[in-house]
Parts: sequence; structure tokens; C-alpha cells
Amino acid sequence: MPDPLLSVENLRTYFYTDAGIARAVDGVSFNIGAGETVGLVGESGCGKSVTALSILRLIGSPGRIEPDSRLMFEGRDLLRLSEGEMRRVRGNRIAMIFQEPMTALNPVFTVGDQIAEVSRVHEKKGRKVAWNRAVEMLELVGIPAPAERAREYPHQLSGGMRQRIVIAMALMMKPALVIADEPTTALDVTIQAQILELLGDLQQKFGTSILLITHDMGVVAETASRVIVMYGGEIVESAPVDRIFANPHHPYTEGLLGAMPKVGQERERLQTIPGTVPPPTNWPAGCRFHDRCRYSWERTERAHPPLYEIETGHLSRCFLAEEPQRRAQPHEPMVAQS
Amino acid sequence: MTSPRAGPADAGSPREPGAVAEPRTPLLSVRNLAKHYARKTGLFGRNQGVVKAVDGVSFEVFPGETLGLVGESGCGKTTTGRAILRLIEPTAGEVVFEGQDVLHLDAGSLRRLRRRMQIIFQDPFSSLNPRMTIGAIVREGISIHRIAEGEEADRRVKQLLDEVGLRPEYAKRYPHEFSGGQRQRVGIARALSVEPNFIVCDEPVSALDVSVQAQVINLLQDLQRDRGLAYLFIAHDLSVVEHIADRVAVMYLGHIVELTSARELYREPLMPYTQALLSAVPVPDPRAKRDRIVLLGDVPSPANPPTGCVFHPRCHHPHRDAACAAIVPPLEEKAPGHFVACIKQPPTIVSLGDSAGQRWHEAT
Repeated sequence: MPDPLLSVENLRTYFYTDAGIARAVDGVSFNIGAGETVGLVGESGCGKSVTALSILRLIGSPGRIEPDSRLMFEGRDLLRLSEGEMRRVRGNRIAMIFQEPMTALNPVFTVGDQIAEVSRVHEKKGRKVAWNRAVEMLELVGIPAPAERAREYPHQLSGGMRQRIVIAMALMMKPALVIADEPTTALDVTIQAQILELLGDLQQKFGTSILLITHDMGVVAETASRVIVMYGGEIVESAPVDRIFANPHHPYTEGLLGAMPKVGQERERLQTIPGTVPPPTNWPAGCRFHDRCRYSWERTERAHPPLYEIETGHLSRCFLAEEPQRRAQPHEPMVAQS
Repeated sequence: MTSPRAGPADAGSPREPGAVAEPRTPLLSVRNLAKHYARKTGLFGRNQGVVKAVDGVSFEVFPGETLGLVGESGCGKTTTGRAILRLIEPTAGEVVFEGQDVLHLDAGSLRRLRRRMQIIFQDPFSSLNPRMTIGAIVREGISIHRIAEGEEADRRVKQLLDEVGLRPEYAKRYPHEFSGGQRQRVGIARALSVEPNFIVCDEPVSALDVSVQAQVINLLQDLQRDRGLAYLFIAHDLSVVEHIADRVAVMYLGHIVELTSARELYREPLMPYTQALLSAVPVPDPRAKRDRIVLLGDVPSPANPPTGCVFHPRCHHPHRDAACAAIVPPLEEKAPGHFVACIKQPPTIVSLGDSAGQRWHEAT
């Protein structure tokens, strides 16, 4: 197997707050291959966005990436690079697409200027050349009349158009990896379909790898080849996309899939996961999901489960891997009993 | 204008196909509701025309049923919900609730009416007063409407909290101590406190994570069953609406473009916009392969809507022609109980997964 493009090894990002140490990302390891789309899913507070920001080293005080973490990218550990070297990686080899395109764009510059800036900073191109490159990119991301649109300001464009601008900026340098953090969450469903189609087309064209962060299992099913599920700052399950939907192993993944209403499905009561995500300053002992889990038993309250390999390429952080018979005895989770 | 008078099946057995519904009186009846905003620009606020946020919307809600109202940002669904309660004063139209003409009530009668009609808001953070305890928030309506006082009121507050799945001792706590899902439960308890029989649910689960969203949806359904509530359920998430609604109205640029039972709408959408909207919903099944109708461009501005059918510039109907740009399509009954605003015959039977979008792509 060829070396992965990005290899995240034991990533731990902690925030040293007055309320205690928030272990937002707590020992996360995964790979992304060249040209691959990996979906990173989980609910608010699971650590998925902090994982993304950590890869780009965009964690500010009071946060810190713990020293024994490693981020191997194109043969180098990003955590060992100087700030100057890291700046040449950001926006150049690894680009990011944010959820809210309005806040990602500067309101006082034209969108053409903002896209051209990428080329001027990373390629040291002159104003004119960079501008022409910007217009080319606008055309590539499907903006009609790109030469005119380039002279407009973000507020003159719709949400879908703005997200296209952000994508044009991200892809300007043909990065090896694009991290897309909820890129379509703020958009209407018909615009979301346009943007997902565009991302897919551009990925094929440039061979870019995508780390797609989302809470929407539908978006993941349609775009990713592999899925990583996070809960409580950890990876709880990871598998090829077909596998995770057909045969989820971790009770949290099972709960997430069951909680979604699905179009065309008979109307029955939705499955729920009682309780809420615990705060990162105070993860539960044992399995971090045990108090919300339908299968928990004494062992899960005491011991912290490792990631088991259920099958080649399918990992699950659950003791059910050792004691599968427990799945036959679901019960009311602890939080629902109180 | 044809009025969508399709009654739902009985509340006890919603969506029983073929069940003959008794003719029933609607709880709420909305006729040609409109809300226009004047656009004023410049130093002297000269009138620059109007934005037609809601432009002639008609529907009915029957006792105990859930009518879903779906559409994308700016389609007018929230404005419609608020105009019914007169939280926004509508420009024109008629709203009749339990036989009362809502739009011509004086302040006192309107206040009494609000006991019967309530609203649950989208944002569980901004909709609760941070300086009031949960108990005071839920109790406020009970006191204002003089439903109970003293210990009896306290007892009711505790009972309401219990009913929405919150511990009664939470009454003494403040909103910031709760998660989004718990706050939404407080909002529901507040709405229930005055014993309404109709609630406008304005995107009540959009701000919640999926596991919490499922808890709140189940709660709303339990309350509906136990108390016989009717809901106008406003949402942009089509899978949530299909799950909870008996009938669904689809809005686009201030108009209802399709209205029918939830089952029918999702099985066989007839209006081209609804078809595109439904086909755009990502399916959480990686093996599901289907053709997607990707709409071109953006929703036009309601300040300058297209002539004729507001959807015609983006429409993929194979017989779209000049008439679509000239005639405003009425909401007509094209199949029993299935109302569609389109002057063309429905483009064959275009259920989800059919290749209409494909054919259209090939043709262009």
C-alpha cells in the first residue's frame, strides 16, 4: 500500500481553560490516501472541527496540540515545521473550506482580489496575472460572467455563489488536500446539491483528497468513500462507507443512523440517544458513551475500550467486539433511568 | 383560486390510504394571505416597489393534524407562520381560527385567542429570557391568562416540565444551565402552559443535533397524540417534515406550489420544483443510486420575482413555454387531494428515482 497523503497519529488537542482541561481531541489517528474522500462525522462537541483546525495548526491559546502528536503530510511532520514553513503549506498544499462563506470572505475587498491574493502570496505572481488566474478559477467553479463577478463584493452574491468563491480560493493552488468543514450546512438543499456536485467534479479533475467534516449522514453517504465517526474527542468507529451504513458496529453510530428520519421510510417512532454529549472537561470514565448506551455493562463503566478491528478496514471502539452476545440484551441507558 | 380543501384522514390513523375522512370543519383556514414589505432606499426613503414575501397563500389545518410547510430560505414560510398569529401584521387575506376572523380582532380578543394558538421558535437560545427561571417562563402564560395562581400554578408548572421530559426541580434554574435540546423542551412547555389546540412550530428542531432532534420530534408527536394538538410544522428539512406531517405544503417565492398528503408528495411529486427539491435531499444510503435534478442558478429575489409562474426561469418541465412566463398558475387539484400550481400536465409520473432529470440533462 502506498504511503498515505496525510497520517494523523495520536493527535491530542487540549484547551487549558478555567473550568479545567478540555480534552477536545484525545488521541485521534487516521490516514487519508491520495485522491480519497474521507467523511468525519459526529455531533456538536465531538472534536471534529478541532481535529481539522489542528491539522492546519490553527489552534490558538488556551488550546495546545500536545507534544507527542504527529501529523505526517507529504513526508514531513507538520508539527515540526516553523511558522514560515507552515504558512507555505496552508492555502497551498492544504486548503480549507469553512461552513459560513460570509465570514470566510473579507467584506471590503472584491471577490476577485481575494482569490488573486492566493496566487500573489503563494506564487509571487503580479497583480495582472493573478487577477486573470482568479477569473479563470471563477469560471471553473461555474460562476456565470466571471470577469464581471470578480469585481463584486461578497455581499452582492448569494450564499451558494459565495461558497463557490471560497472553493475557487481553496483550489487555486491545486492543493493535495482540502479540508471542508460543514461546507454545505448553511446552504439550502438545492444549492447544497450544486456545491457537492461541483466539489466532486473538481476532485476528479485535480485528484485532490478531501476531508469532509459534517453532521449530515446523507451528505457523507453520497460523497465519502470512508467514514470516521467521532464521539467524546475520540474515533469510535471507522469503516468504508458501504459498510458503516449497512453494518454499523458501535452503538453510537447505530444510534445516529436510527435517529435520522429518512425520506420514503414508513413513519415509526424515531430511535433516540437519550441524554446529551458530555462536556470535554469531564469525559465519563470507562467508555465515554457508556451512560447513553443501550448495551452498557459493568466493564464499560470501568475500562476504556481500545479500537478493535472488526474486519479489515473496519474499526470500532466497543467491548461488544469481544462480547458480541451482549447485543442481544439492550436495556434503558443509564441517563434515561435517573 | 381553487382552495385546497383536502381533509386529512382521521387523526387516530393518519395516512391510512383509502380511509374515508368524514367531512370536518377546519380548525384554521387561511385565504389569500399576503405580506408585502415596502422597499425604501436612499436619503428620503423613497418607495422602490414592494417585496412580496408572502403572496396569496391559502390552506387549512384540521383538528389534530400536522400540516408541514416546507421551502428554502426566503420562500415565505416563516412569515406565513407569524402572520397567522399576527406576530407580523399581514397585508391582505383572511385567517379564520375556530370561526373567528383573526385579522379583525381587537387587542383583548386577540390576547384571548392566543391561548388557543401558540408558537415554538427555532432558536432555543434567543427565545428564552435569560433572566427568568425556567419555572417563571412556563408560569408566565398561566398567570397572564388567569388559568391558575399560587400553589395550583406551581403544580401546573411542575406537571408541564414533567410532561416534556424535564425534572420538576429544574423550575428554579436559568436557561443558560441547559443544553439546546432541553431549552427547546422548555419552549414547548411554555407553549403548552395555556392549553392551546394549535401550535405553529417554526423550525423547532433545525438547531439541534440529530440524536436530540429525534427526542424532540418524538416528544412533539406524543403531545399531539395525548392532547389532540394541531401543528403547522415549518421546516426546511424534508425528511423531518415527511416524518411528522400528515399533509405538506411546498412554498417557493411566496407561493404555495404544491399541497398534498405527505405520502403522496414524497411518492409522486407533481410540481417540477418539488421534484427538484426532493431529488436534492442526500440519502443516507451509499448504495442508493438515483438521478438528481440539479437546479440551475439561485432563487430569484422576491423584490423582483419572475412573471407568470415564479419558478419558470429554473423549470425543467419538458413542455415549458412562453405561457409559463405569462400565466400565474392557480393551485389546482390534479389528482384527488393533490394540489399543484402548474399550468402544464405533470411531466408524466415522476417519482423519486425516475429519470426525468436525466432526460432533461440530455436534452439541454
